[in-house]
Amino acid sequence: MTPALRPDEPSETEPPGVPGFRTWRGLYLFVFGWFVLVVILLGVFTGIFA
Amino acid sequence: MNVADWVVLLGTIVGIAAYGAWRTRHVRSLNTYLRGNASTGWGTIGLSVMATQASAITFLSLPGQGFESGIGFVQNYFGLPLALIVVSAVFLPMYRRLNVYTAYEFLGQRFDEKTRLLGAGLFLLQRGLAAGVTIYAPAIIISTVLGWPLNLVIVFSGLLVIVYTVTGGSEAVALTHKWQMAVISAGMVTAMAVLLLRLPDGLGFSGAAHVAGALGKLHAVDFSLDPSRRYTVWTGVFGGLFLSLSYFGTDQSQVQRYIGGASLREGRLGLMFNAVLKIPMQFVILLLGALLFVFYQFAPHPVFFNQAEWRRHAEDSRFRAIEAQHASALALSQSAIRAWLQARAADDAGREASARTAMIAAGDRIREVRAEAKAALAAADPRAKTQDSDYVFITFILTQLPHGAVGLLVAVMFASALSSKAAELAALGTTTTIDFWRHFRPLAAADEARNVRVARRFTALWGVLAVAFALFAGFAENLIESINILGSIFYGVLLGLFVVAFFFRRVGGPAVCLAAVTAQALVIVMYFSLNIGYLWYNLIGCAACIAFSVALQTLLPPRARAGEGRAG
Repeated sequence: MTPALRPDEPSETEPPGVPGFRTWRGLYLFVFGWFVLVVILLGVFTGIFA
Repeated sequence: MNVADWVVLLGTIVGIAAYGAWRTRHVRSLNTYLRGNASTGWGTIGLSVMATQASAITFLSLPGQGFESGIGFVQNYFGLPLALIVVSAVFLPMYRRLNVYTAYEFLGQRFDEKTRLLGAGLFLLQRGLAAGVTIYAPAIIISTVLGWPLNLVIVFSGLLVIVYTVTGGSEAVALTHKWQMAVISAGMVTAMAVLLLRLPDGLGFSGAAHVAGALGKLHAVDFSLDPSRRYTVWTGVFGGLFLSLSYFGTDQSQVQRYIGGASLREGRLGLMFNAVLKIPMQFVILLLGALLFVFYQFAPHPVFFNQAEWRRHAEDSRFRAIEAQHASALALSQSAIRAWLQARAADDAGREASARTAMIAAGDRIREVRAEAKAALAAADPRAKTQDSDYVFITFILTQLPHGAVGLLVAVMFASALSSKAAELAALGTTTTIDFWRHFRPLAAADEARNVRVARRFTALWGVLAVAFALFAGFAENLIESINILGSIFYGVLLGLFVVAFFFRRVGGPAVCLAAVTAQALVIVMYFSLNIGYLWYNLIGCAACIAFSVALQTLLPPRARAGEGRAG
């Protein structure tokens, strides 16, 4: 049994609706940048305390 | 536990379960039962995704990992944000566009019914086995330290989760997840605050972190290329990426959390919420474990944290001698740590270096005594449980937290156990109904009321099976690892099926199905014959499935390649 395609689904290019981000690509880049920052901070943490 | 603890524990756990069941008691729509409320926002989806992953094992084992091996385990989560970006950009839009109830329906539309059943079967096998562990894991620890009957804890928590999950399905799961996450957050913040307040005078967070770092507990990142090391940046980014991609993209217990909701945007933002918060959250829990290690350098504690197991065997003089050795090693370590802290404060580099060497030697001595204790236990009874790291945090909770907070922290363990269990049961029930029952009874698909009834029955059945499995089976000692290992063996191939479906459009059903079976056999053989970090099996399983699929698509005779280029 295969369900039908959703007729009511908004476009996948609909903006994320997050202040400062007009596209999903921008939001993904921010999340990726956040991840890199967290890894760098963990490296700094290791450097300071380990 | 006193009356206040019991009130907090039962008030939160039974209260949340009863609220979830009561609020969703009228659910009759298949869509709501399987996907949740159609108006669910990103906050609820994000918390639900987080609560599904954060099982009781997370809150029992992770601080123990931090205590025993340091915080390097955080690298295990490095692939998670990257995977969630891929799931949000590629998997989720496809699931919503095709309006599927399960991830495996997509395989059926892209390839054929055989491949769909294979994907759903791999999920049921893996998740069905893990379902028993997620009930048993916290139950064995809670029952051991609190002296409650193990079977009673298993049956109580199992029945509680079965009642509200069967009643309200996915809607009840999402609703209860929000409140369970509130309890978990409040409990963990309380535990961290109490721990920091209980550190010796003058030590503080910074001093404790320096001690933990000097004793090797704060190596958060390791760039080593040695493949036998379990946790490095590379296993985290590459192995962890594949594990997370499989878990979030193809495991129905997660897919079901985000395919519902008001719109594609809500699901995507819920996933990004996790991508941003997951690593910091795991870091804090591991750090709690590392700080517990420092705390116990200054506070009396048993040589072996699973005291029930220790007392069962520690009757002869050899065990008394080990306890005495541990007490004197601990006293030596305390004075060595204080000497090092004084040398640091005096800014005397030469004295600090020698004090540091003495402190590390004292730490090594404690480790030796603990290893000796475990060896003595194993010698006394080869079946004795010799891992005690899962008991470190719960021991701290029961001995150091004030009344009321003890109940709250035990509630954290139950809340996290129920939250992950509920998502599992809903997913197992949904997959069995949609991918198997409806496959063999296609004419029944139009009868919505019957579908909901059947989904309820399958959910209840999986719940009863999980409870029975937990009651009658024994499990591996380190709980968090046993689940991750189990996942790594099956997830890679499952992910391979989806990667081929999304990105290798020329490959058809017969080739990918045969490739998946072959790749799964290869992973199982490798697991039993090689000694490599288990996270690599996610990558190996996925890569093997892709490579075999492409090769078989070329090698199979044209007639056997049927299904090439279907939807997707």
